[in-house]
Amino acid sequence: MLRVRNLEVVYGGVALVLRGISLDVPTGGVAAVLGANGAGKTTLLRAITGLLGVHRGAITKGTVEFDGKRIDGMEPANIVRMGMSQVMEGRRTFAELTVDENLRAGAYTKGSGPETKANFEKVMDLFPVLAKRRKSVAGYLSGGEQQMLVIGRALMQSPRLLLLDEPSLGLAPLVVEQIRDIIVGVNEAGTSVVLVEQNATMALSIATVGYVLETGRVVKDGPAEKLRDDADIREFYLGIAGEGRRSFRDIKSYRRRKRWSA
Amino acid sequence: MSDFLQVTVQGIAAGSKYALVALGFVVIFKATGVINFAQGGFVLFGAYLAYNVGTTWGLPFVFAVVLAMVGGAIIGATVERVALRPMIGQPPFAAIMITIGVLFVLEQIVTSIWGFDTLNLGDPWGNDRIAAGDVTIAVRNLWSVGLAGAALLAFFLFFRYSNTGVAMRATALDPEAALAQGISPGRVYTLAWAVSGAVAALAGVTLASGSGQLSPGIGYVALAAFPAIILGGLDSPAGAVLGGLLIGVSQALTARYLADWSWLGTNFHTVMPYVLMVLILLVRPYGLFGTREVQRV
Ligand SMILES: Nc1ncnc2c1ncn2[C@@H]1O[C@H](COP(=O)(O)OP(=O)(O)OP(=O)(O)O)[C@@H](O)[C@H]1O
Ligand SMILES: [Mg+2]
Repeated sequence: MLRVRNLEVVYGGVALVLRGISLDVPTGGVAAVLGANGAGKTTLLRAITGLLGVHRGAITKGTVEFDGKRIDGMEPANIVRMGMSQVMEGRRTFAELTVDENLRAGAYTKGSGPETKANFEKVMDLFPVLAKRRKSVAGYLSGGEQQMLVIGRALMQSPRLLLLDEPSLGLAPLVVEQIRDIIVGVNEAGTSVVLVEQNATMALSIATVGYVLETGRVVKDGPAEKLRDDADIREFYLGIAGEGRRSFRDIKSYRRRKRWSA
Repeated sequence: MSDFLQVTVQGIAAGSKYALVALGFVVIFKATGVINFAQGGFVLFGAYLAYNVGTTWGLPFVFAVVLAMVGGAIIGATVERVALRPMIGQPPFAAIMITIGVLFVLEQIVTSIWGFDTLNLGDPWGNDRIAAGDVTIAVRNLWSVGLAGAALLAFFLFFRYSNTGVAMRATALDPEAALAQGISPGRVYTLAWAVSGAVAALAGVTLASGSGQLSPGIGYVALAAFPAIILGGLDSPAGAVLGGLLIGVSQALTARYLADWSWLGTNFHTVMPYVLMVLILLVRPYGLFGTREVQRV
């Protein structure tokens, strides 16, 4: 479904931020993209959806294919029309628009035909909290409600591939659980998913494949269940300590292993 | 009392013309964050275009209005594409300077085509007056008020109910998030300038017809509309209209009743809009209807 090959991205003509990333999302799958702050996860999503230009960034090498078609260099609007939608980092609701209007803005490429009406009903079913607050201004919703709103806004585009950038950020565990269930539901209904997360426990619990980024490179990838068992991942992302040894050597090796690549 | 009402009614008619000019400012500011100082140039251009179609070519007045609005829209869109588009990503100050440059260019074009003479669009609205109690209202004033009202209603419906209108508001709030929805900000900006050019042309026609005169000076009326948008709230169409009406009425009343107060000078009504603006901003820094940023607390 999505094929990224040797992708290099430069910001402002100087800062090389992605250094040759390759990634595959199988049709119907969920790909988790993990990595520390500044690893380049958001940049990767911007490169895929064509939003680099806004940040004075550019793809300098490599390709992005969606359904076998090259999309690097395409207009974001055309990428959306092809069936790829992004839920951006930090939610980014249209704060002064109502819930209804946010969803209508999401449906911009679809117009207001029967498809949009059906999508709207689906979103209302999926998020009963939003159905209760349709006339509320988005800026006054809670963080969890806002996250639901932007997921709903993306679903208005009937995406076949949905990219989510840290949807669990800053949310209470119970709400994270809800968001997780929603992503599972969306995926089961036939939408492939790219899930960027710092919350590796959540991401790997629903992913089929996983990628770990570090300073713009993929340092680990594979089937999700394998990554779940990986010692490094368990230690650094899942917060599960090894055998409980606490010698100086462990601490040193912890430091060393905090980065997988130089 | 009837004198007071009479003056107020005249003020409302004048104010509705300011309101139309102010609406043009607001559309561009709302969608692009640019304060367009070339608005007066659009007003001017639209009025002369209407003169050309209606008087020089002798076509019916309706055609003159419609063609002037279409011409205004084309000029607006062109200015955006040619002069403003390269300014995206530059500081707002740069864009504002560009619009001042555009104003001079438009004034040049207008005077080199139509000259400096005072012309007249004629009296397309007729000279009838309607008596309502002690007050008589000129039919052409009713037209001004009606057109401003219709334009405001159209704006309201457009921004509230059309997909494009909602997309424009979304782009104004967060251009990148709008882009991620497949909304093209470039198209939204062009459209905003086109709409603004069209309303400005309509404003120009109402200013230059009837009792008004057509000379390159009417571009300066936009300056009187400026306090209207500031006190109405830069991003509010309703505020623009209310601000325009307040300016018109306060000007008319000052001209009528403060003329005897010689210590204020004879032309105090020309600065009245600014006095009113400062007074209102003291109480409401965002204008009457302006939005402060919505934030969760
Ligand atoms: N617009 C920009 N211009 C220049 N450098 C940028 C820009 N945006 C991001 N970067 C840099 O690119 C690198 C990767 O940033 P990116 O936002 O992609 O990381 P991330 O993995 O999403 O981090 P986080 O988990 O904090 O969201 C960082 O070093 C960042 O400073
Ligand atoms: Mg990020």
